[in-house]
Amino acid sequence: MNSFSYARASESPDLAVALLNENQGRYLAGGTNLIDLMREEIETPAALVDISRLPLAQIEEREGGLRIGATVKNSHCAAHPLVRDRYPLLSSAILHGASAQLRNMATTGGNLMQRTRCYYFYDTASRCNKRTPGSGCDAAQGFHRIHAILGTSPHCIATHPSDMCVALTALDATVQVTGPDGERSIAFGDFHRLPGNTPHVETELRAGELITAVDLPASSANLPSIYRKVRDRASYAFALVSVGAALRVEDGRIADVRIALGGVAHKPWRASIAEQMLHGAEPTEANFRQAAEAELTPATPGHDNAFKVELAQRMIASVLQELAEVKA
Amino acid sequence: MPLHTFQLQINGDTRTLSNLDPRVSLLDAIRDHCGLTGAKKGCNQGACGACTVLVDGERINSCLTLALQYEGRDIRTIEGLAEADGSLHPLQKAFVEHDGFQCGFCTPGQICSAVGMLAEYKAGAPSAVTDGEVGELAGAELQERMSGNLCRCGAYVGIREAILEAAAQ
Amino acid sequence: MSILNKVIRSVVQVMPDQAPDELIASNRYLGRSINRLNGPDKVTGKATFTADYPVANLAHAALAYSTIAKGRITSIDTKAAEALPGVILVLTHENAPEMKVPKEFGDGSSNDAGTTQAKILNTDHVSWNGQPIALVVAETPEQAEAAAARIHATYEKEDCVTSFEAAIGDAKQPKAIMGEDPEVTRGDVEQALSQSAARIDLTFTTPPHNHNAIEPHACIAQWDGKDDLTLYDTSQFTAGVATTIAQVFGLKADHVRVVAPYVGGGFGGKGGAWPYIQLCALAARETGRPVRLAMTREGVFRIVGGRTPSQQRVAISADDAGKFLGFVHEGVTAQSTHNHFPEQFSFPPRHLYSMEAYRIGQKVTDLSRVANTFMRAPGESIGTFAVESGIDALAYELKMCPVALRMRNEPDADPVSGSPFSSRHMRKAYEMGVERFGWKSRPAEPRSQRDGDWWIGQGVATGTYPVYRMVTAARVRISADGTAVAQTSCQEMGMGTETVQTQHLAERLGLPMSKVRFEYGDSTLPYAGVAGGSSQTVSVALAVQEAGAKVLKELLALAQKDERSPLREANFEDVVAKDEGIFWRVSGGGESYAAILSRAGKDFVEADHKTGAPMELLKYSMHSYAAQFCEVRVHALSGEVRVQRWVGSFDTGRILNPKMAVSQFRGGIIMGIGMALTEETMFDDRTGRIMNPSLAEYHVPVQADIPDIEVVYTNEPDPHTPLGAHGIGEIGITGVAAAVANAVYHATGKRVTSLPITLDKLM
Repeated sequence: MNSFSYARASESPDLAVALLNENQGRYLAGGTNLIDLMREEIETPAALVDISRLPLAQIEEREGGLRIGATVKNSHCAAHPLVRDRYPLLSSAILHGASAQLRNMATTGGNLMQRTRCYYFYDTASRCNKRTPGSGCDAAQGFHRIHAILGTSPHCIATHPSDMCVALTALDATVQVTGPDGERSIAFGDFHRLPGNTPHVETELRAGELITAVDLPASSANLPSIYRKVRDRASYAFALVSVGAALRVEDGRIADVRIALGGVAHKPWRASIAEQMLHGAEPTEANFRQAAEAELTPATPGHDNAFKVELAQRMIASVLQELAEVKA
Repeated sequence: MPLHTFQLQINGDTRTLSNLDPRVSLLDAIRDHCGLTGAKKGCNQGACGACTVLVDGERINSCLTLALQYEGRDIRTIEGLAEADGSLHPLQKAFVEHDGFQCGFCTPGQICSAVGMLAEYKAGAPSAVTDGEVGELAGAELQERMSGNLCRCGAYVGIREAILEAAAQ
Repeated sequence: MSILNKVIRSVVQVMPDQAPDELIASNRYLGRSINRLNGPDKVTGKATFTADYPVANLAHAALAYSTIAKGRITSIDTKAAEALPGVILVLTHENAPEMKVPKEFGDGSSNDAGTTQAKILNTDHVSWNGQPIALVVAETPEQAEAAAARIHATYEKEDCVTSFEAAIGDAKQPKAIMGEDPEVTRGDVEQALSQSAARIDLTFTTPPHNHNAIEPHACIAQWDGKDDLTLYDTSQFTAGVATTIAQVFGLKADHVRVVAPYVGGGFGGKGGAWPYIQLCALAARETGRPVRLAMTREGVFRIVGGRTPSQQRVAISADDAGKFLGFVHEGVTAQSTHNHFPEQFSFPPRHLYSMEAYRIGQKVTDLSRVANTFMRAPGESIGTFAVESGIDALAYELKMCPVALRMRNEPDADPVSGSPFSSRHMRKAYEMGVERFGWKSRPAEPRSQRDGDWWIGQGVATGTYPVYRMVTAARVRISADGTAVAQTSCQEMGMGTETVQTQHLAERLGLPMSKVRFEYGDSTLPYAGVAGGSSQTVSVALAVQEAGAKVLKELLALAQKDERSPLREANFEDVVAKDEGIFWRVSGGGESYAAILSRAGKDFVEADHKTGAPMELLKYSMHSYAAQFCEVRVHALSGEVRVQRWVGSFDTGRILNPKMAVSQFRGGIIMGIGMALTEETMFDDRTGRIMNPSLAEYHVPVQADIPDIEVVYTNEPDPHTPLGAHGIGEIGITGVAAAVANAVYHATGKRVTSLPITLDKLM
């Protein structure tokens, strides 16, 4: 880990933004990913601005939805009565990630800023376009069983590791940020980027911007939902494929359906193709399977991760079927 | 790089850390700078749980955070669990009785984690296997909740038995 | 087998047996579930592991590692590292003082514990991806790690083989495998395979594994002058490390002291003197400071090898009654270009089954990778996966119960050597396991049980591990205050050594446990070999027994000289150690140790003893056995496998402490479940570099992966071992991967022949 200056901003987000701008560094909250990446010499900020004590640790009702402060611990968010009651998908997704200890440290904002678990990104001896733009990608011809199958580019096949973000994608969340140029909102689906030619640019955040909250809209509250995570251990492992889905059926037709996938792309993947096919359709197994297949049609797997295509299709269809049978 | 002098509250004691490199993790501060070597470094990246300590009653991985971030917080380590007269915490007793360890390296983390876990459970916090209301602890709930603590000797069964016995008290 | 071995073996065959240990059924302490003596220290954080030692004026070391598998370092830039605050010293091949390459770990009969024949830091040549290329010493660990990360080397790569698959064709038969023939044959096996009612012919692959003890390797080195060195080290072989480091620095072996009272798991990974130890000692010598080198988890992966990959063919034929006619088990493992360890996967079938004709053997191929080493049940763990999966497949061919098929081929004597078994209760183990598991209610048809989205299946496999005994020395002292101590340099890594040897000493000397102490984990104590091969318990027990007998003889001699002693007329054969003293076996009269010593005016009597070579192993076929039963569920859509029930039934001689023994068995089973389902060290074939050097990406089982594990055991004492016991550290893992694979087959109808059984193989 390189040496750095440390400053704590406890009073206000504006102070944090100002401190960061002075010091050209990174915001530090729970530290669960950033400290690890610094130890691995993947992140080498000259300064850290500790935002963990900012007054952003509240969950509040807002416009019929919820505002989750950026420094709310993941565990607190998952256990919060309003979250459990209205957005159980979010609670479940969070609880499927990491371990209890990590969830007690990790924050809302930090979870969004997690970086990939690609082996070659983590190994500074390997070539990685995300770590060192233009250096090449050793994953493409290397171990990529855990890698992306959707939205990949020749430059990067890494996945986004978050579970929470899969739920936030499905729930049409909005990210609130503040920065040197003031406050703005970013739709969750736009927050993370696909790799394209610039896999090192992972989010829409501009230099110095700070996440202050994530908003959940009223429109996605109280939907029957399931978060299904498939991984190599029964717990404490990143997703090979995860599905966060919500379904509402009215008069025998699908009135609302939201499907998001984890472990398959450089960003939490909103299955828009499948959703469009299913809107207004009958909630049948055949329709679910057809929609899932359509969603995965553009997949571009490698030799190790081809199984994810079929796995994602099966999981989408079975989660929707379960929702249709039991919860919808 | 500016150094920092600040205080940590560990097991009720105030410890002053003088001119500390900001890179020092909470775990290394506790171990190397405060001489409390119960918490262990198994991976230094939040993947094994051997470094688990309690902060304001909640379990965390002390390896993945800077000591500076925990200035003034109430930190409890394995050394702070027993009574002042030395009598063991119920979990400590139960771990001995149920052979909830072999080499003992992961044990301080397991026990601190179990203390935090039982508090979470009693407060009604859900887990990934919770479906609706929180279910009984024995079985999947306990196993899921304790999965952040690896034990390579494979004492998982004894650990479960120990925690359940202590929880029943 | 060498001619000399054959001669020795034939002589030993006619030698009389030692009388069984008189404590074989004694149960004052032995056989009882006594809690671990070090339990209170372990649950309070007081147990001092290597990296915990408070040493004044400590400096900290860190390593930089090569990023190519083979070639030369053409430049190494240390300027940025040296310029950092706190950095005391940076050593590379350009300025490192010469160290000798130590002798390689042998077959366990010597103190040599070298792990690689590659020079460390004294060469610009790179032999594996991850080889240490620089050593940094700084005032703090943070400074040392930061500096090590800022050392930049350039290389000239050389062609090399880093892919196991690519190297299989170049495999050669080694001269010997652990002193045994690399291949054993009988009869015309090809003909036996071709003329039979049923046959299978399957090829299995197993990936490399790493031990991943939760305690990473660490060392603290402290010199006293130029010739005396103390090392605190995470070692499961203190005497071997002392000898090896003495070789490296040209010291007398007894001038190196290695201290390791608590070791945070080893599983074989801490048996050798891996290069970090000598580098820590070098750092301390060159800086004149005590130095701690606490390896990072990644660093452990880079320089401490693990289990070999393997490819194994199993072909078995049987008559329609299930009797094995032809039996082939052959294949290839890997070692590195700079070490020698052909892992003995072909041992299990040599001792398990009656076979008409067989060819059982193995080859080894060399890779430019980190040196491999022994990991829990080397050979037997991966060998039983292949053999026991093959037998399961044959059972389906024959439409026989897999248990019945095994019992059909249960031999009367060792099928290869012809030696009698010292103690074999395989049938009883199976009967107990069948009963406890409820095996008889299992449907014979695969893919016939479903619970919602999950297929259910039950599988069984045999486990086996040899009995080894190593030459071991011990010192026993009985003091005038009525206490006793036994000392040997052996290790406690969680096996329960301290507790069980304290039980033993108390039982042996007729003292209460509170009055005896067992001292260990220090190379300056009488010699004990590596804590490996499941040999420590019996090896130490015999040394303590024989040293104890010497002490008792001396005490009796004191009594015989004393007119006032009720024992003055007694011969050694007439007396027994009990009730804190020596007493007539028959009449019961006698006196306490304290009385004998105080009247003789002595503070204590002590004796050292070194045991003889394990000749019993040449006369008898000595092994432990297991019958592993499990139930799995396999998700019909995702292929996820969950083990939901386990019964391990063990035949491992007498159980000395049931509570700790059950923990050991379970621990082995759990590591086996990891091997079956999740574990793999991922070497990138292009570079020979490990790509998952972390506990986040190398998946050892977590709490949620492990079901209830029931353990039963025959508890039949082996009349030819000390205490009637066998070591039990390794038997638990054997047969486990096969039991899981067999249960997966039973659940799904899919035979997975490559480990780990990840979900993609079952979709």
